[in-house]
Amino acid sequence: MPEQTFIVNGERVTVDVEDDVRLLWVLRDLLGITGPKYGCGINVCKACTSHINGKAFNPCAVPVGRIGPDDEVTTIEGLPGQVDPGQRGDHDLHPMQEAWLDRDVAQCGYCQPGQIMAAVALVKRVKAEGRTVSEADLDAIRNICRCGTYTRIREAIRDGASRM
Amino acid sequence: MLGGATLVAAADLALDPTPAGAEIPTVPQVPELYDLNDMLTDAARPTANLITVTINEDGTASFELPRMEVGQGITTSTAMLIAEELDLPVEKVAVTLAPARPELLFNQLTGGSNTTISTYTPIRVAAAVARAALLEAAAIVLGDTIGGLVAKGGVITAPSGASVTYGELAVRAAGSAGSRSVEVELKAESDFAVVGTPTNRVDALAAVTGAKDFTTDLDVPDALPTMVCRAPTLNGTPVSVRNQAQVEAMPGVTHVAQVSTGVAVRAATFGQCIDAVRALDVAWKDGPVAGESDETILRKVRAAQLPMPALPSTPLTQTVSGDFTFWFRSNSAMDTNSAIADVRPDRATIWSGLKSPIVAQQQIALRLGMRPDQVKVNVVTAGGSFGRRLFFDAALEAAEISQAMGAPVRLMWHRADDARVGRGHPLGTCRVQATVLGDNVLAFNQSLTCVETDFRHGLGEIITAAAADLPAGVGNLGFAETIFALTQEVPYDFGAVVQTLVETDDRFNTGSMRNIYSPDVRVASELVVDRLAAKMRMDPYQFRRKFQRNPRLLKVLDTVAQAGEWGRSMPAGTAQGIAIHKEYKGVSACLVEIDTRPATTGRRIRDAVTGPRVTRVTFAIDVGLAINPRGLEAQMQGGINDGIALALTSSLHLRDGHFLEASWDNYFYTRQWNTPPDVRVIVVPSEETVPGGAGEAGVAASFAAVACAYARATGTMPTEFPINHRQLSFEPKPFVPPVPQSPTNGLDLTS
Repeated sequence: MPEQTFIVNGERVTVDVEDDVRLLWVLRDLLGITGPKYGCGINVCKACTSHINGKAFNPCAVPVGRIGPDDEVTTIEGLPGQVDPGQRGDHDLHPMQEAWLDRDVAQCGYCQPGQIMAAVALVKRVKAEGRTVSEADLDAIRNICRCGTYTRIREAIRDGASRM
Repeated sequence: MLGGATLVAAADLALDPTPAGAEIPTVPQVPELYDLNDMLTDAARPTANLITVTINEDGTASFELPRMEVGQGITTSTAMLIAEELDLPVEKVAVTLAPARPELLFNQLTGGSNTTISTYTPIRVAAAVARAALLEAAAIVLGDTIGGLVAKGGVITAPSGASVTYGELAVRAAGSAGSRSVEVELKAESDFAVVGTPTNRVDALAAVTGAKDFTTDLDVPDALPTMVCRAPTLNGTPVSVRNQAQVEAMPGVTHVAQVSTGVAVRAATFGQCIDAVRALDVAWKDGPVAGESDETILRKVRAAQLPMPALPSTPLTQTVSGDFTFWFRSNSAMDTNSAIADVRPDRATIWSGLKSPIVAQQQIALRLGMRPDQVKVNVVTAGGSFGRRLFFDAALEAAEISQAMGAPVRLMWHRADDARVGRGHPLGTCRVQATVLGDNVLAFNQSLTCVETDFRHGLGEIITAAAADLPAGVGNLGFAETIFALTQEVPYDFGAVVQTLVETDDRFNTGSMRNIYSPDVRVASELVVDRLAAKMRMDPYQFRRKFQRNPRLLKVLDTVAQAGEWGRSMPAGTAQGIAIHKEYKGVSACLVEIDTRPATTGRRIRDAVTGPRVTRVTFAIDVGLAINPRGLEAQMQGGINDGIALALTSSLHLRDGHFLEASWDNYFYTRQWNTPPDVRVIVVPSEETVPGGAGEAGVAASFAAVACAYARATGTMPTEFPINHRQLSFEPKPFVPPVPQSPTNGLDLTS
């Protein structure tokens, strides 16, 4: 069986599994990293949103064989480690997670790791473009929340952006 | 109270909550005298005291809640109730979910938004008993009388300044307690310091760090990923597998087994399960609705409609009517149907998100050929329910599969199965006729006819037990008729009011969907109410003010009209809509603004439905005593998004014996591009001293207000919901194989 090596949440891992198994299952079923959730398996619901080399992506749509040994995958579990300790908040978390807590966004919580990872990537993107998060940016987010927490998600993204 | 290693204090319900319905309106409808919440609470009452609050040696309190957390926030509100009575910080109270406890009989069903209504007093009593025992033990330790002691923050202090912690007292209090009856006095509402204070969820930290475990996240040894290959028609059944050996030889696959619902595969990863499901070549027997479509089912429902009751007819009376169709809708949650099952020859252990775990345990035992006490059923927090988890389809299926394979399984339904085969809200029609004479409504008749709503999850037992006490003879009606009669009312003075239900066709996978009958019934009512207002040349808000018959309703109605600026000038193609609702011991009102102008409806977003946009929502609720206003606000925000979806975008399409929707880009629940940019929820201070229900209370008024706004913006009253149903907005995915393959281009789509 092929050996798959990559970096996840700052740690290099090696897994024996076929090339075509999607990264989501490698993370969840083989490595026990369960923050990224399954909601569709076809890159629609975005519940598994994580980062690869700092950009948002959906591991349900990436065969593990396409990930290189130096690719850095970050899941919600590794998000606090993406900022300096001084930037972390009261709970020692990433500023976006802290905003999520202060706004009490989650209801069932299932989609929230993906929402937060998508929000962080969005804020980084608009900052790189030298602007702030707009209504249109928020309208374009595809992550679904069946509890309908959208109102607080929008508030928290703006709040989190101001802290990042 | 029981002795033990640590203090265990049980609720003793010598004090009974005040019976509901003390005030009887002149022409009361059934729910005004006795509603579904009364029935559920009464059914739970005989065993309501079989709960315990435990004080641990570390000074924390713990409690196993015999209800299920699905996102509605009951673990938080329960922790608040216990913290209040124990004078402990909320974070020192750990609330977990109790496994199936058959001795609780009718007291372990999470439904009808009834958790807080039925457990408010019992949980407080259990906590107060523990507090009394701690004070008693502290009096001995501190050498003072109980009356002189002050409990605060988990520490009991004597006038001398000497103090002792709950943790230090836990063992001592248990030792002195024994098993005996005690009387306790509950904290007065005026002394509440925790209850009523906006509080963040107790599980929020776990949720935002990925540490919150759902069923498929649980670490159960050897419970490998398992999926089921299902038939190309709804509820079709497998006849034979033509390539079992070939699929068994696929990478990662450990087992292939034909079961009653399909062909199950177990593998090292879910990805390999998907591959195996797609590779299976199965001969199927058609399901019971093979060949049927939306239109054929609607015709059957129309044929089952009973004649509307005769209305008074004189030369001066006028009739206002409406006839509405509500298509099938899905209550699929983000967290698909799932369960872990470890079935051995002599016992079984199940983990799943279950709102009726006792019935689940009994049915699983039956399926496995075991006694109920051989089946341990653990209740796991779920990623949403919306009524879906009243049933235990995945738990039953996982048990059958584990038994067939002789191995533990971690069963997860694919999204496509969860949408197509999972339960939903039945298709139905709702007809309304009202008789107007001058400035009065003489009569209001409403008749709902629909595909059967499945209640075979144990509510039946509750009804059997409670039926004898039901007023108005509803005890003799069927389950559905009982639920309908105990929940539906027309909150206006409209003379003779008659509301009836006819159900037909039991071939679909249905169940309660958030707020059950009320969303459709209230939409039909409120649209006709707007017509009545027009007939009398009255403003919709003023009409509702005049005809409502409940002072709490009037207050929330006035609140939204004022805060939402009812009647403000709006451009053509945009409009406001207003609606009210009364249920779960509370009242609500919703005012929305909608934009139906071409620039909005013509927005193009890939694989999406845009259409009209609700731009602003003002929602007011008087829920009675609001335990956690922040959680209540969250539930209303969710209900608003549900109401928008029901009105504008979300339905299932039945074609040739199966539902087409297999993705969140097929079933159009509200998305960010649909959600209102401006939402304001107002928790109205209540005169009531007891809590009402929150989980479902936001849907009906929101749905109705959106429908009314759409009618006013377009000048045409919609008669079908959602309004976009007849336009299929996606390319249906194949039925063979039953689940789509995962894409491989994810690295091209980073952002």
